[in-house]
Amino acid sequence: MTAIELQQAASLPAPARDADRFYPLRRAAEAVVFPLAALVIALALFSVFLLALGKSPGTFFWLVWRGAFASAFSLQNTLQRAAPLLLTSLCVAIPAQLGLVIIGGEGAVLMGGLAAVVATYPLQTAPGWLLDGLMAIAGCAGGGAWIGLTGLLRTKRGINETIVSLVLYYIALAVFNHLVEGVLRDPASLNKPSTYAIPPQAHIPSLFGTELHPGLPVGILACIAAWVLITRTTTGFAARMTGGNMRAAQLQGLPVQRLMIGACVLGGACAGLAGMIEIAAVQDRANSSLAAGYGFTGILIAFLARHNSLAIMPMAVLLGGVGAAGGLLQRRLDLPDASVLVLQGLIFVCILASDTMYGRIGWFQPARGRA
Amino acid sequence: MSAIETILVAMLAGCLRVSTPFLFVSLGECLTEKSGRINLGNEGALVLGAMVAYAVSYQTGNPWLGVLGGAAAGGALGLLHGGLCTLARVNDVAMGIAIMLAGTGMAFFFGKPYVQPSAPQLPSIPLGFWSDVPRIRSALNVSPLFFLGIAAAFGLYYIFRGTRMGLRIRIVGDSADAARALGLPIERIRLFATGAGSALAGIGGAFLSLSYPGSWNEGLSSGQGLMAVALVVFARWNPLACIGAALLFGAAGALGPSLQTVGITWGYYLFYAAPYVATLVMLIVTVAPGRALAGMPGELSIGR
Repeated sequence: MTAIELQQAASLPAPARDADRFYPLRRAAEAVVFPLAALVIALALFSVFLLALGKSPGTFFWLVWRGAFASAFSLQNTLQRAAPLLLTSLCVAIPAQLGLVIIGGEGAVLMGGLAAVVATYPLQTAPGWLLDGLMAIAGCAGGGAWIGLTGLLRTKRGINETIVSLVLYYIALAVFNHLVEGVLRDPASLNKPSTYAIPPQAHIPSLFGTELHPGLPVGILACIAAWVLITRTTTGFAARMTGGNMRAAQLQGLPVQRLMIGACVLGGACAGLAGMIEIAAVQDRANSSLAAGYGFTGILIAFLARHNSLAIMPMAVLLGGVGAAGGLLQRRLDLPDASVLVLQGLIFVCILASDTMYGRIGWFQPARGRA
Repeated sequence: MSAIETILVAMLAGCLRVSTPFLFVSLGECLTEKSGRINLGNEGALVLGAMVAYAVSYQTGNPWLGVLGGAAAGGALGLLHGGLCTLARVNDVAMGIAIMLAGTGMAFFFGKPYVQPSAPQLPSIPLGFWSDVPRIRSALNVSPLFFLGIAAAFGLYYIFRGTRMGLRIRIVGDSADAARALGLPIERIRLFATGAGSALAGIGGAFLSLSYPGSWNEGLSSGQGLMAVALVVFARWNPLACIGAALLFGAAGALGPSLQTVGITWGYYLFYAAPYVATLVMLIVTVAPGRALAGMPGELSIGR
């Protein structure tokens, strides 16, 4: 099937659309209502959980609001946390278009960050913009190669990508620790083993006197670019078709293997870029702070957004906010930091369980089907 | 003792200890997957089982009650996963990840007060009584749970091979259509297999907190519950082969600490990755593209 034919197929009107002009609207409403309902149910369950422990859910949510969004300071904190999450979510959402479940984005963050640091070492005196460019390329390459390996093993050997990506995360963590505490270790870092710092001119400054670093605009641009790629290009259509029915895609002659590997490389590059930005704009050196779980929270966000790159943005801000409020919750409510994990787990379970509701409620279906 | 002997003894000791949680989780995963469902949530069952076992042992003073508590907690989480997966169009792989997050979250939340106090540990069987060498004696202090795990493997093998229940589980796992034609209660059988499988994972967690390393903290599990999925592929869904696979993983996991006993500290973190590298190599070697693996249940979503 040529690209032109594919485009025609994409724009062919479905019979349902002829019969019901409001069908796109109904479908969009369905895609918004169910996740929101699941979110509300999860929050209600969490409230019950808090009540059972003798804590006030009202105080809890008020504190989340205050700690995450109420003041300029907390809002900056939230957005700063959301920035890497935007990119690590794409590491899950892009391969998910082809039906791949990648959960090892954290490994790509580590590899991307490490590659970015190492890339600066031979060029200590180069100008900052050049170093940042090199770091970004190295970060994308490191992360992309790491997840790309997962895609390669999936397509060439038929090994389940979920397991491989996870195993590769543990291997990445080991390699990271080995290098950071070994050959790359700065002897001056006594308590917290770290690599040598990147040259000072490579540090990316914050934006316009705020605490925010360029990771946020980069993440937003990446999400928009991914959305365009997935929904507005033939490549994206081919990827979604593969995800919908791989055998049909193969029969149509789509390059299924190349699409899979490409999606994995792209997703990994996003996660690697997240690692690079953390290094260049925040940490200046690679150490255990890089393994802060951005990759794992990204899984949750991607599923919450139902792998829609635009929906990732509000979800990342939401979870970044919950993370930002964690400290306040601990101090005020005397709740352990794991309460955030419990909340995340409940939300995740409810969102996935809500998948069963799609297509079950008549109003959201095309008019002809409802008759 | 020479250095080589020291390493070997340390590896034997490590192997017997490190392999036990792998054995339980892989048996549990094997049981669940035989019914045609995959459960990544066993990692959550393992961590929750470890926490509950530790807490029960601390509160009651009886570690065996702790093991029961761990199994019950794991089983409850498994039933939750199994129940949610019976809903149409719910993806069992993704739900497993969610259950893992929820289970570890619960364990960390309720486990906070138990990080400090020390709970009564499970006794171990001194199989090294014949030796005068203290290292060998301590190496052969084997937990009874290890033997329970071996017994469970044989039991599971017999159930699959020789009982009506095992046959039903296998039918449901191999072809839902055939099971439907026979009038088998597919969802109920899968629910049972998922719950029982996670209960086994919970016992594996109890071993972690009550025997080796024998304490409760948030870094207790290093992904054993997830590695189990790979282990089961390696063992070709055969409970007896799970024993061998778990021992192999145990040996790989014991490599780094064993080398440390003779003063080799280079590459400590790399040796820490040995079980994962072993998993990867084993998957690359054993899985072939384009054809189903021998013994793999036909309904399994990772196979399609």
